[in-house]
Order: sequence, then structure tokens, then C-alpha cells
Amino acid sequence: MREIDSSEISKVVRDLAIAAAHDLEPDILDALLVARDRETGELAGNILELLLTNADIASRDRIPVCQDTGTGILFLELGQEVHVRGDLNEALQEGVRLGYEEGYLRKSVCDPLTRKNTGTNTPAVVHLDMVPGDRLTIRFLPKGCGSENMSSLVMLPPASGTEGVVRHVIDRVLAAGSNPCPPMIVGVGLGGSFEKAALLAKKALLRPVGMRSDRADVAALEERMLREINAQGQGVHGFGGITTALAVHMETFPCHIASLPVAINIQCHAHRHKEIVI
Amino acid sequence: MSLLRGEPAFFDNLIEVSLPFTPEALASLKAGQLVSLSGTLYTGRDQTHRRLCALLDEGKELPVDLAGQLLYYVGPSPARPGRVIGAAGPTTSYRMDSYTPRLLALGLAATMGKGARSAEVRQAMLAHGALYLAAIGGAGAFLSKCIKKSELVAFADAGPEALFRFEVENFPAVVINDLAGRDYYALVGAASCCEK
Repeated sequence: MREIDSSEISKVVRDLAIAAAHDLEPDILDALLVARDRETGELAGNILELLLTNADIASRDRIPVCQDTGTGILFLELGQEVHVRGDLNEALQEGVRLGYEEGYLRKSVCDPLTRKNTGTNTPAVVHLDMVPGDRLTIRFLPKGCGSENMSSLVMLPPASGTEGVVRHVIDRVLAAGSNPCPPMIVGVGLGGSFEKAALLAKKALLRPVGMRSDRADVAALEERMLREINAQGQGVHGFGGITTALAVHMETFPCHIASLPVAINIQCHAHRHKEIVI
Repeated sequence: MSLLRGEPAFFDNLIEVSLPFTPEALASLKAGQLVSLSGTLYTGRDQTHRRLCALLDEGKELPVDLAGQLLYYVGPSPARPGRVIGAAGPTTSYRMDSYTPRLLALGLAATMGKGARSAEVRQAMLAHGALYLAAIGGAGAFLSKCIKKSELVAFADAGPEALFRFEVENFPAVVINDLAGRDYYALVGAASCCEK
């Protein structure tokens, strides 16, 4: 049994929150660079250049990439041979609180009814998976709500089939228009149950941008959906061009014979994420 | 290391515009044009709109005269010590749609955010001769540099949702809805699900 102190977890989460807000990871930077080099729309090309400039300024001058520094979403993979000393959930929340305070990040979390801001950007949303081993992996995904608000979940009749799934995803993404700050990353969760599909859609966003599913039939659908979305020409910020989406990532899970859940979680181009293994 | 190939081409084709807008500038700008804004503007998002309209409901005076002004939908991140402001890019505009026609009726000259507006807002803009611009979403660090002064005007307790007055310099934006009724998103085919 390996011991990890909860205070260490707080420090790690604080650092992840601050780094995520300021320093984009190579996967999204590379995707934006490729998009800029391929872009044919003049205005869109200029905006992609500006987004790269923005990433540069954010990292160098410690200004958040986007003022919406998000709701904190934490994905944990906790090894079964790890023992956390202290209160794990409390430690995670404390890390988020410290990160948002010390990093000059915007506190955007409020009560859903009174709309009163909690003032700390907590509580963060925590997803915990138990895995074999003696390591703890923490992934931090601060999620802005311009894109989150364009997400959806639908329970399709199985007769809709693959075509129904593809059409639904494409229609929903195009209907989002310029609201979610395209070029976007489209996370699709297919199958499972009502809540499983939503979680799969979000987890799909954790994949390195543009990495295909290891299931050949799913990978082919990802490519087809990406191609059809970009063929519509909405482009960067809805200003036209060939880059409405940077990637479509689809995760699947077996579902009930009567059911076909489809969840879509949209991510903006300011795709902030950080990961650490303790 | 810089990611850039050189100076951003972005600055090649901007139309310089002073704020507040002159009636001539308002009338001359066209959907799809890139503008570079310099001068004074006001900010507000969900809470500020809710409170402005609550004041109007009660027949009270607003904390600022919005006639002729540009209202920018933004909730900035906190400024580090010694800085003017934190990241300050646009928020999605449709959430302000239900409040906007009342403010346009008071003479508000233009609004700026991101994403398409409702048919009702577009109609009100046409009736009152108001523009709608899109700032560049997710470019909060870049836009932070274009804000030279930030002053709290009202609703301090709303935090980032308060009403601020900004002085901006060379702040880039794209004209979406012009006075002739053109809508750049519709021209491109990127009208939103939320405009119904």
C-alpha cells in the first residue's frame, strides 16, 4: 500500500488549475497551427493567427487564455494500492480554491437557483475511477460554458441506426453556430446509459486532439463527421472557412437492446487540460 | 519560443473606428468588415442586464447613460497586481437577447459579444439603427492588451459581472449586423440554434 498525503494532492491540483488556464498543451496548439496553414478563408486565417498570438501572450504574460476559466472538471484514476491520508474530496476542492485565488482566475461557479457566486470556483465536478496499481492520475479540464451550453443528450430509437447518430451529431454541431467558439472539438458519447453517455462524451475530449478511435468503424465515423461538419463552411467563429471543427472524438459503450443514447459535449478552441501522475 | 510566422496578418485590413461611434461611422460599417476600436465603451453581461432592466421596471434612473454607447458582453478575469485587467474576451450574446431591445430603445448604439442574435433583437437593431459586433472569443489574453483603462461603474457585488467602463485601443472586432439589416453569420450560413 502506497501512501499519498491529501495536502500534496491540494498542491498538485492548485498547480494544474493555474497551468491549465495559461499554457495550452501541444496537442491543441499543433491542431491550431495545422488549421492555420490549411485555412483558405482570409478572415478565418487571420483569426487563427490571432488565436496563436493569444496563446503566446497568455503563456508569456500569465494572462488566462480565456476569461472564462471554467468550471473545474477533475478526472481521477486512483490505483487500488494507494491510500490517501485525509479527505480526498476536500483536498481536491481546496486545490481548486487555491488555484483560482492565487492564479487570478475568474470564479464562475454559482448556485443554480439564486445565481449567487460561491466565490471560490468550488465545488469542482469530480469523476473517480478505481484502477489497478499504486499511482494516482489527475486530469484537470476547466470547462468554459460558451461551449458547454451547446452540448446535448438524446435517447434515439435504435432504428435510427448509424445514419441517425451521424445526422444528429452533425445537425447539433452546425446548429450551435458561432456560439461555442469554433473551431471546436466535438466529444461524442455513444451507448451506455443516460449518464454514461454524457460522461463518455466528456471523456472523449481528454483524447489528444485528432487522435482516432482504436475501433476502425468508429474512427471512420469520426472522420466522416469531421469532414461533413467542415464542408458546411461555417468556419472559425462562424466567419467562414474550412475549419469549423478541429476533431470529432467518439467513445462507445454497449447499451440496452431498446436504447441508443447519444451525448455531445462541445469544447471550444481554448481547449485547456492538464494531467499529472503521482 | 514564439508560435508565429511573423507579424500577424490580422492588422492589414482593419478599419479604424473611434468610440463612441459617430452617426456616420455607424451608418457606414458593413457586415463582415474587420474594425479596430479605440475609445470608451461600457461592459455588462447576465447580472448587469438583469439589474439594469430591474431598475427600468422600478422606473429608476440607470447608473450610466447608454445613449450612443457600445455595450460589450464580457466578464473579465481578475487583474494581477499592477495590471489594468485580466483576460477579457467576449461572452455568448444570446443570453442577453431578452434584455437587449429595452436597452436599444434607450439609444444604445451598438452591442458586442459573440454568436448570433435573436430575430427580435435583429428587428430592434434595425428599428433603432444599432450595430452588433463580434469580438474574438477565446482571445482573452490578446484582448486584455487592448484595454488601457478599466473603471468600475456599478454593481460591484456582481464581481466579474459588474458594469465597467473600458478605454480600449485597437480592439479588433467583426461587424455582424449592420444598419442595412445584413447579418454576416447568415451570409456565411452560421446562424445559431438559439436565435429562434
